[in-house]
Amino acid sequence: MNEAKAVEVRSVSKSFGTYQALRSVSFDIGANEFFTMLGPSGCGKTTLLRMLAGFETPDSGSIRLHGREVLDLPPHRRRVNTVFQNYALFPHMTLEQNVAFGLENLGWDRARIRARVGEMLERVHMETMARRRPGQLSGGQRQRVALARALAPDPEVLLLDEPLSALDLKLRQAMRDELRKLQRDSGITFVFVTHDQEEALDMSDRIAVLGAGEVQQIGSPTEIYEEPANRFVADFVGETNFFDVEVLETVAGQATVRTPFGLVITAPETGVAGRRRATLSVRPEKVNLGDQAQGVTMQGQVVNKNYMGGYTHYTLDIGGIELRASRRNASREGDAIAAGETVNVGFAPLSARVLAS
Amino acid sequence: MTRRHDVKHYPGLGPLVALFFVYLYAPLAIVVIYSFNANRIVGVWTGFSLEWYASALNNRALMNALKTSLTVAGVATVVATTIALLAALAIIRGRNVRFRKLSETVVNLPLLLPEIVLAVASLIFFSLIGLQNGMMKLIIAHSAFCTPFAFLPIRARLQGMSLDFEEASADLYASRWTTFRRVTLPLIFPGVFSGAMLAFLISMDDFITSNLLSTGGTTTLPVYIFSLIRSGTSPELNAIGTLLIVASLILATVALAVAARGARNND
Ligand SMILES: Nc1ncnc2c1ncn2[C@@H]1O[C@H](COP(=O)(O)OP(=O)(O)O)[C@@H](O)[C@H]1O
Ligand SMILES: [Mg+2]
Repeated sequence: MNEAKAVEVRSVSKSFGTYQALRSVSFDIGANEFFTMLGPSGCGKTTLLRMLAGFETPDSGSIRLHGREVLDLPPHRRRVNTVFQNYALFPHMTLEQNVAFGLENLGWDRARIRARVGEMLERVHMETMARRRPGQLSGGQRQRVALARALAPDPEVLLLDEPLSALDLKLRQAMRDELRKLQRDSGITFVFVTHDQEEALDMSDRIAVLGAGEVQQIGSPTEIYEEPANRFVADFVGETNFFDVEVLETVAGQATVRTPFGLVITAPETGVAGRRRATLSVRPEKVNLGDQAQGVTMQGQVVNKNYMGGYTHYTLDIGGIELRASRRNASREGDAIAAGETVNVGFAPLSARVLAS
Repeated sequence: MTRRHDVKHYPGLGPLVALFFVYLYAPLAIVVIYSFNANRIVGVWTGFSLEWYASALNNRALMNALKTSLTVAGVATVVATTIALLAALAIIRGRNVRFRKLSETVVNLPLLLPEIVLAVASLIFFSLIGLQNGMMKLIIAHSAFCTPFAFLPIRARLQGMSLDFEEASADLYASRWTTFRRVTLPLIFPGVFSGAMLAFLISMDDFITSNLLSTGGTTTLPVYIFSLIRSGTSPELNAIGTLLIVASLILATVALAVAARGARNND
């Protein structure tokens, strides 16, 4: 089952006029996977999704759905449904009619349609509003109906284009869990598009980070966060400190580099072999302060402190170089370091990454 | 600050608006009032009477002209609206339309040409192809000049309608025809209705072309009314005028109601 590929995208390129939106993009999505395309706005996520649905055609490359080449299939012949960014519920139909629409087009008989529509509306907790029209719903409710409408025909792949971005914060968090649950229960392959890294890390089985029309990295949320493939990924996903370093030696995936603090450290690397200059990435939460400082340790002065409740962010000055650290406030004392103090600063080299600049 | 610049606060606006409405509606009011006058002479009120309505409704020639007008307008409306709808779909929704702007201009051209030119052109064209049937001539000519009027509101509605709904429909396995029937048409219906309404009114109202093309058996209402005026005004004309005003008001009300319903459906 896991062997089966739901989607195969091969060397897909697309230009709009002189602007190249996608450059030879390739990836596979497994059946039953929750796959996320993550990237900044304008990087080509929607364009890719629209190609899977059949609304755009690549200039070159191929797209297969469950092993079948689909480029010559119009949208209505692809067993793929979309949850549109603005939901696109039909305003002249009731919720019931909206959900039934796809089933009618597939030629289901009436009794079966009625049962399925009821089941789907129940699954998204909208059964009491079946006779209403989309105009009378809140954003969150529209979102649920759009989901029910897209899931009702039991598609092979469900495409979701930033479905949560129009919702307010609280609702967004609740919908994340609900989406994940819907995906597990239905066993349908989800292709989810977002520019919100937290959403991507929280929900996905695997993430493809897109940048500048190219796939920057594909991997599990932990791989993407802990082992970023390049500077773009490290920067886009989560917070980090970047330092220009001089590469002294690379051996077996480890690079020995001279840092601007003067220290020489050895840390895991990606794509650095043969280069002289590289970038060291250190996540703020990997930096420990005071008694907890271990690994590579230095002295630093706290120049700024931002108390966030659960966390406190510190900006440190280490011999003229700025380093950001964040600390979980596990107890009242956790926040005890004051601005202006000089403290021990340390991080484990294994939790840092050396990346191509 | 916006208050001071609000046109409602300009001095003398009230009286000016009042004057404007008097100017606009006084002649109509006079027509309506004197249609109920027992006296034959307009301007001399002698008493209330429905006599002129009775005589108008009993006027065979008038009723025939009305029938001709309604037939021509009815058929022309259907033809013009259909052509306009297809043109709008092709121009606005078509893929790879190379001469989009040009096509639109061609559809709208009759709006820019003086009607008399079109009328004469139709006359010459019909005599060239040897078309004899008066009714056919009227229907063809009216369909032609009504098309741009039907086109404008349909195009506006279609342009204002997001592609998302049609894409959602295709995404949900609807063929292009099903998408048109169940999504596009219902959503642009207010535009189609306004277009049809406009075409109908323009056809009913037309004088120049109809006058040039009309033959013995096919006199339209405006042409007939004009012939009545030539033989001197009569209170019967006031009655006919009033009936036309009422009919127009009913049509306009229906049109507004449909537009309002469409707006409600699409929020
Ligand atoms: N139909 C189009 N015509 C011209 N440019 C387009 C079109 N669709 C997308 N683009 C451009 O392609 C780039 C990628 O767009 P999109 O896929 O929507 O990005 P994303 O969804 O990641 O924000 C953008 O720069 C956008 O302006
Ligand atoms: Mg997008």
